[in-house]
Amino acid sequence: MGSVLKKYSLFSLVRQSLNYHTGWERAWKSPEPKESYDVVIVGAGGHGLATAYYLGKNHGINNVAILEKGWLGGGNTGRNTTIIRSNYLQDASAAIYEKSRSLYETLSQDLNYNIMFSPRGVIMLAQTHHEARGYQRINSANVIQGIKTEYILPERIKELCKIINIDCPRYPILGALWQPRGGTARHDAVAWGYARACSDIGMDIIQKCEVTGINPHANGAVELQTSRGKIRCQKLGMVVAGHSGVLAQKAGFRLPIESVALQALVSEPVKPCLDVVVMANTVHGYISQSDKGEMVIGGGADQYNNYSQRGSFIHIENTVRALVEMFPIISRLKMLRQWGGIVDMTGDRSPIISKTPVDNVFINCGWGTGGFKSIPGSGWAMAELMAKGEPGVLASPFSLDRFKEGRFIDESVAAGVAH
Amino acid sequence: MLKLVCPYCGIEADETELISGGEAHLKREGPASTDDDFEGYLFLRNNPKGIIFERWRHAMGCGKWFHVARCTVTQEVFGTYPAQTHKPPSRIMEEIKSRRAGQVNGLNSDKAEKFS
Repeated sequence: MGSVLKKYSLFSLVRQSLNYHTGWERAWKSPEPKESYDVVIVGAGGHGLATAYYLGKNHGINNVAILEKGWLGGGNTGRNTTIIRSNYLQDASAAIYEKSRSLYETLSQDLNYNIMFSPRGVIMLAQTHHEARGYQRINSANVIQGIKTEYILPERIKELCKIINIDCPRYPILGALWQPRGGTARHDAVAWGYARACSDIGMDIIQKCEVTGINPHANGAVELQTSRGKIRCQKLGMVVAGHSGVLAQKAGFRLPIESVALQALVSEPVKPCLDVVVMANTVHGYISQSDKGEMVIGGGADQYNNYSQRGSFIHIENTVRALVEMFPIISRLKMLRQWGGIVDMTGDRSPIISKTPVDNVFINCGWGTGGFKSIPGSGWAMAELMAKGEPGVLASPFSLDRFKEGRFIDESVAAGVAH
Repeated sequence: MLKLVCPYCGIEADETELISGGEAHLKREGPASTDDDFEGYLFLRNNPKGIIFERWRHAMGCGKWFHVARCTVTQEVFGTYPAQTHKPPSRIMEEIKSRRAGQVNGLNSDKAEKFS
């Protein structure tokens, strides 16, 4: 199928600027839903759109609809702190997160959409001796996995990050796991870029279309009741993060998932002073500086089940308190915005990319607090699973039956925290 | 800030005093149970968008476990009750009914019967 949309390039920018930018096309179409598709993906966030994109690109399945209850990329894709890294302990995690990180490297070119991937490096601070040993262990694992990380000492940390206070009174900084090719990307652009590419290969992105019922056995097809009428498909992919449990219930099964709020906030913009991502897992604070100069701050997840996209003030206070100790320079910054997303936490803090108890229904969920970094790899693995009906090497460890079998991919212990 | 009244000591505690223990009224499976039963007990959750019955511990207070009926969308609390029970007491169900007439016949009352 030929490209329908005009390519973004320096020439198109020059041409449009001569026309006072009046000629830009919409980035993706908003068609009416058809009666049936080969594949329907529920959830037009990063993971859902990436799944659709790789179904088309890698497997030639283009008769695809992506349904979205709200607006495109309006869930957790637009509500995270945009950190990208792959320094995981377990081989299965390292494989999929590194696949994802490496896809991010060339995603702007692949999608012809600037996702502003910035491999500025990620520092994960060790602030207890236990954590220091843990990161040395992860570093060793990463060497075997072929992922470039390094265990660095406080002097080097101070060199990489001038504004850090390495002599914190409560939790002095002992060392850090440094991944130089980790970084950040523009979160909305990831969703928009995938959406534009999906639309370009003829897929239907249908926003404001809520799935209200699922009949998996409608004459050999899966039939969805939606707020915009009935839609049939041969295969259904559920990629709805925090609402996975709600959707699974409609299809008749339960998940090993609980939904909780994860919050983040940004400060007023200031001059560039922090050109790495710093994560402090012992005290729960993550910080990076956006291109606009805002400090982007994240913390730990709230403790109780929650679907309200807003969390407790106490978590914001804890996060900010921890960061002020490490970065005294930010103590008088005003915070501009604060938000919460509903994340889907599994028992082992690893995702699920799997067949389900229902034929032709597949699920991709459980990314918990680490969803953004995994968007391309997750879509890649989910597309392979849906196209072939069986998981490939990336997805197979993350099957739903691992909880029954006790075959966990235990990143909750490896990371020490939600990650 | 979420505030809950501890049914034992009567204190209105805010969440910094409390620790959440997840869904309540799970049936603990015995040694003779199947793998499916164990998976259900250990991992599978209803994770409702709406009314949830859950366990909390008054960790920084009397230290006791208790139960809460709460809405996961609005954070409205319908009441708290002691932990020594397999299903929500009738006063809690009445309270939910009086405020949320349409939702009582959903998974919550089924759950209450299932584990009674």
